[in-house]
Amino acid sequence: MTTFDLNGKTVSVQSPDDAALLWVIRDELGLTGTKFGCGIGFCGACTVHVEGRATRACITPVAAVAGAKVTTIEGLDAAGNHPLQTAWLELQVPQCGYCQPGQIMQAATLLKDFPNPTDQDINAVMAGSVCRCMTYIRIRKAIKLAAARMRGDTSHA
Amino acid sequence: MIRRISIAILVTACFMLAGLLLLAWRPSIAPIARPAPGSFPADLVGKGEALSAIGHCAACHTQPGGRPFAGGYRLNTPFGAIFGTNITPDPKTGIGVWSLEAFTRAMREGLARDGSHLMPAFPYYAFTKLSDDDVKALYAYLMTQPAVSNTVPANTLPFPLNIRAFQEGWKILFFRSGRFQANPSKSAEWNRGAYLAEGLADCTGCHTPRNPLGAEEMGRAYAGAVIEGWIAPALTEANPSPVPWTQEELFTYLRTGVTSLHGATGATMTPVIRGALALPVVPDSDIRAIALYFSGMDRARARANDVDATTREAVASSYVSSDQAENDSDASLYTSACMSCHYNAGRTPLASRPELALNSSLMLAEPTNFIQVVLNGVTNTETVSNAQGAPGLVMPEYGSSLTDGEIARLAAYLRRTRTKLPPWSDLEKKVSAIRRESMATR
Repeated sequence: MTTFDLNGKTVSVQSPDDAALLWVIRDELGLTGTKFGCGIGFCGACTVHVEGRATRACITPVAAVAGAKVTTIEGLDAAGNHPLQTAWLELQVPQCGYCQPGQIMQAATLLKDFPNPTDQDINAVMAGSVCRCMTYIRIRKAIKLAAARMRGDTSHA
Repeated sequence: MIRRISIAILVTACFMLAGLLLLAWRPSIAPIARPAPGSFPADLVGKGEALSAIGHCAACHTQPGGRPFAGGYRLNTPFGAIFGTNITPDPKTGIGVWSLEAFTRAMREGLARDGSHLMPAFPYYAFTKLSDDDVKALYAYLMTQPAVSNTVPANTLPFPLNIRAFQEGWKILFFRSGRFQANPSKSAEWNRGAYLAEGLADCTGCHTPRNPLGAEEMGRAYAGAVIEGWIAPALTEANPSPVPWTQEELFTYLRTGVTSLHGATGATMTPVIRGALALPVVPDSDIRAIALYFSGMDRARARANDVDATTREAVASSYVSSDQAENDSDASLYTSACMSCHYNAGRTPLASRPELALNSSLMLAEPTNFIQVVLNGVTNTETVSNAQGAPGLVMPEYGSSLTDGEIARLAAYLRRTRTKLPPWSDLEKKVSAIRRESMATR
């Protein structure tokens, strides 16, 4: 049994220690916003936050997050109004949408580390998040829009 | 004639054996009734708590997920598994009936209360340096902990290593009892650091190579060693970190488990930091003293190269463009699997983005630590004795997604592009061996 914090609630799960965090979140805990893509940590669709940092849930054993804070796309913002989410909507970033929860979770860590990201910062940090619909140009735009607003927010804080 | 010689040899061997057993004999110290916890002054207990943390006693005397100090931690030595004993004051399965005299003798002479010899996996050869006051404080702390009834599994040492009396031979060869001698030419802070590092913290226990009999090699103190499948790096000038370990860097590392210029702790160093040195009960001044002691050993000041330039160069190497990756399938592995977390920008890396070009795992003579981390990831398990790395840093297990060949390619690529050191040999074989080993110990 592993106990951890999921989106602000303590959860105890029965899955074996080596079960992938992704399947624990989707199948045992029933949150399906986090997607299965490649299953080998190379596409980014399964990205969640562990202690606020983007982590590929498909190759992270659940035992590795015992006692940690895990956040999924459902918990990024209680009302779904994280600046990235609003920017995503405004710019209509998704096409099929499948990879987008992972893209947004990865982008959230990007903005935490690089509040004013250059194109290189975006290329580097988003490199492991693949989109088959090629929404990359809108993803980049939305990241920059959210970054600008978040910087504005903090200056008014 | 041959018959007479063999009889003579046999008789001599018998005499030597009898002599050793005679030498090995030590008296038992009478059991006492478990002292009432209230009989120990609170300040002594408090001091003992801090000392116990610096000595990271809980690391070996606590089973992952188990009650503190109740024993059962499995230490895999080249000779077999040795299980940490129960040092809670439980009269039957712990040390509840041990007097201060018995405890002191155990710490300084490596003897159990009943007179049997303790294995040097318990570093009495280092604890012998402790002062009377510190031993007394440790005793007070341990005797006031909750008693836990827990019988630990038997060690798996093969015959004849399992015969404790033979430890007398080891002691004759390698053990010298005696208190710490201060170096009058050094500062009080340095001496405090030396006392803690050499005695209580037993840093040599992991960082000094051992001879085939398991004793630390003379003249190679802190030269680095293999411990439980990982390399404990050299703490001398031979330490390969591109940026020197100054007192400040060491302090931050020992206090928190991570620095931006050296990366995060791993493997068996994690409980030493997260379960011990990072605890608030340990005063900053003691950690600073240990840091000062080792910053002198690593001759950080003399090696102080241009840290800024080294750091900038390292940070710049963390970015690989898609054009570069297009023409280099090894670089492409890095951009897909590693770059989103390990990329850095600007003047200095972030501690939460361990900078590979500054990390000792790429600089060591063997790829062991690099392979361990990539294969098994880094966990955040709340059970301290099981945790790895810095608090909050988790890395997935790439062992479940990358083949041995791919991990070997990544290792070769990073060694080639992030260091100026010669390539590692037989990488794929080494990955397979470590993978087999980690599967077996799971």
